[in-house]
Amino acid sequence: MSAIDPRQELAERLGLKEVPPVRFDSPEDVSQRLRKNDYLSDDAIASVTFLADRLAKPVLVEGPAGTGKTALAKAVADATGSRLIRLQCYEGLDESKALYEWNYRKQLLRIQAGRSEESSEDWTALEEDIFAEEFLLTRPLLEAISSTEPVVLLIDEVDRVELETEALLLEILSEYQVSIPELGTVRATQIPMVFLTSNNTRELSEALKRRCLYLYVGYPTVERERDIILSRVPGVTVALANQIAQVVRSLRALDLKKSPSVSETLDWARTLVVLGREEIGDADVAATLHILLKYQTDIDRARKELLAPTKPVA
Amino acid sequence: MLKLLGDFIGELRAAGIPVSLSEHVDAARAVEVIDLSDRASLRAALAATLVKDGDHLGAFYAAFDVYFALRQVESVDDLLGELAGGPDARATGAPVPAGPGRGGSGGQGLSAQELADLLFRALRDGDHAALRAGAREAVSRYAGMEPGRPVGGTYYLYRTLRHLELDDLRERLAGQGVNRSALEERVAHDEVSAQIDLLKAEIEREIRERLVEDRGAAALARSVRKPLPEDLDVMHANREEMAQLERALRPLSRKLAVRLARKRRRRRRGPVDLRHTVRRSLSTGGVPLDVRFKPPRPTKPEIFVIADVSGSVASFARFTLHMVHAISSQFSKVRSFVFVDGLDEVTALFEGADDPAVAVARINAEADVVAFDGHSDYGRALTTFATLYAKDLTKRSTVLILGDARNHYHQTHAEVLSELKSRARAVYWLNPEPASYWNSGDSVMAQYAPYCTRVMECRTLRQLEVFVGELA
Repeated sequence: MSAIDPRQELAERLGLKEVPPVRFDSPEDVSQRLRKNDYLSDDAIASVTFLADRLAKPVLVEGPAGTGKTALAKAVADATGSRLIRLQCYEGLDESKALYEWNYRKQLLRIQAGRSEESSEDWTALEEDIFAEEFLLTRPLLEAISSTEPVVLLIDEVDRVELETEALLLEILSEYQVSIPELGTVRATQIPMVFLTSNNTRELSEALKRRCLYLYVGYPTVERERDIILSRVPGVTVALANQIAQVVRSLRALDLKKSPSVSETLDWARTLVVLGREEIGDADVAATLHILLKYQTDIDRARKELLAPTKPVA
Repeated sequence: MLKLLGDFIGELRAAGIPVSLSEHVDAARAVEVIDLSDRASLRAALAATLVKDGDHLGAFYAAFDVYFALRQVESVDDLLGELAGGPDARATGAPVPAGPGRGGSGGQGLSAQELADLLFRALRDGDHAALRAGAREAVSRYAGMEPGRPVGGTYYLYRTLRHLELDDLRERLAGQGVNRSALEERVAHDEVSAQIDLLKAEIEREIRERLVEDRGAAALARSVRKPLPEDLDVMHANREEMAQLERALRPLSRKLAVRLARKRRRRRRGPVDLRHTVRRSLSTGGVPLDVRFKPPRPTKPEIFVIADVSGSVASFARFTLHMVHAISSQFSKVRSFVFVDGLDEVTALFEGADDPAVAVARINAEADVVAFDGHSDYGRALTTFATLYAKDLTKRSTVLILGDARNHYHQTHAEVLSELKSRARAVYWLNPEPASYWNSGDSVMAQYAPYCTRVMECRTLRQLEVFVGELA
């Protein structure tokens, strides 16, 4: 088997003069540099990020809400010193908002300006003129491709767009290029890192999944959650962080409508620090449970299961 | 390595995970750039390139553990001697001469009590190496593994755990604090459970590695293969699988609801909205480039669900009711009826509840469905339905009957069904039994079938999802 480096292959296809340098040396390198940016990865996250860079493939990140999918892309951008370009997906997103759009108001002005000059302009010259890059409004995807500096492209909540719109992404994800009928093909001048996140509200198409590496980010283990709290919440003690992580694990074990996410855990930890608690008592939990849980039925259930039934709620 | 990868992908496909050719190529490339001795990153790399659905990860890990069960360095026996014997053993410096064989060699000096102590300390201090050594010893001693037996390992796991007396261990791990608050109690309990699970996982891994050595990866993979959650047979699921199904159901219904809402919105465009179009045309100098349409007026069907909740098919009925009600916003009205030999309307139970799961749980307790002997009687149930509720059926109503059509040799009263069909828009029958079992024994599917718009076999969540999706 010929061991062609995927990055080299892609660089040749894009017509780059040299292969862009790799961003990370090893999964450990990923994990350390993300840690410097206050993002604690685990084995899977580090390995997949490393692979994404080496294989020059986009990463599709799935998992429950609030487990750090978007934060991962931000942390990678910070760690590699790249610009983060973000495309927030929503229903009804189309190519004029995601890829590019002709600035037809400016084009109209250009035509009218040409008329007033009385010099009867040649139509082909005019046409060439108004379909130049000057009249092109770049949207996030095109911007990520045409940027000369290194970028991290984040396509957030890709499951919100319709199945048909997903197809827009395919060319950019596999070829790192955008075809504009009037202009020709815009190829990337560097190899951007691409992250797509999904909350799994619908099945993504096979075509999209095939082009991506897949990373499932679930709830962290107790140890990792404790470390996350320690690194993100100033002034928290190790014992308190540990206790918080354990309580949250117990909550997640319950059958709740919406389990507490990592970001809610962090909010809770901050609250407890502000309240000046060194350890958590039943009353504190009862009084602050609404930070972790967002449904009344969940709060009731957690009270019933975790706290003693006889004690009055503070 | 490429050969092994090929076999591994073959196993994944056999387990129902779709792996395309380009994903295979990606995996091969990924394997080239990562450090193969690092098992965790190998696992992550293969998962990232081969599995594209979070629900499939369980099946993937099961297969991975079998195919890439690398033997650890055989120095664990030394470690074991050290840990158990303390300084004395180290001073004599006689590592137990362990043939790297199976069948119990290392650490013969340990009594059962010492082994329990070792595991206890390992868990308490989070000492992974000691835990591994202890697990290995426990398996050698208790599992009684016989080479060549075609079992999946559950039996060995059960034997080992029984000898370890986990309850004692659990108590020792938990029993350190006195007069703790309820919360602390609970948290400590969960902590201990997590530690015990760790031990179990370690023992399971040990057993698996030995089995792989004995029987080869491919053979073992076949016996431990896990079906994907959406392919589990609802009627024959065991308790653990049932819990898995329950968990899969909620996200599935949510996904379905989102998809249907979208489909409905986009299905048909209404007439041109002149006002909106003219307003939009102002920015293009009065030329209506961008034509706007009025939103369509949706026609939502009414659903009547009639479910058999007698023992054999109860779980299937529960899932279907749950799913139909979870997407009830897609229907103008959902009315539910349950029966065994009597029939009762349970719509009200769903209307008050936030969570369909709660309502489904209440059905069992509150619905009055047994009139005589508690054996399903489809004929009687349908007759009752027809007399009491048939007047509510219109051309917009769809009737959905859930059951295995096992009538216990009662009268079928199929003519009632034909009357229902003439009143309603459609009558669907979902049967949780495999189609090949229909009409055998007391199953009278064939007698009802002519009066149904469609009769469908519906055994897995996947089939159910497809059907409910078509319904809306």
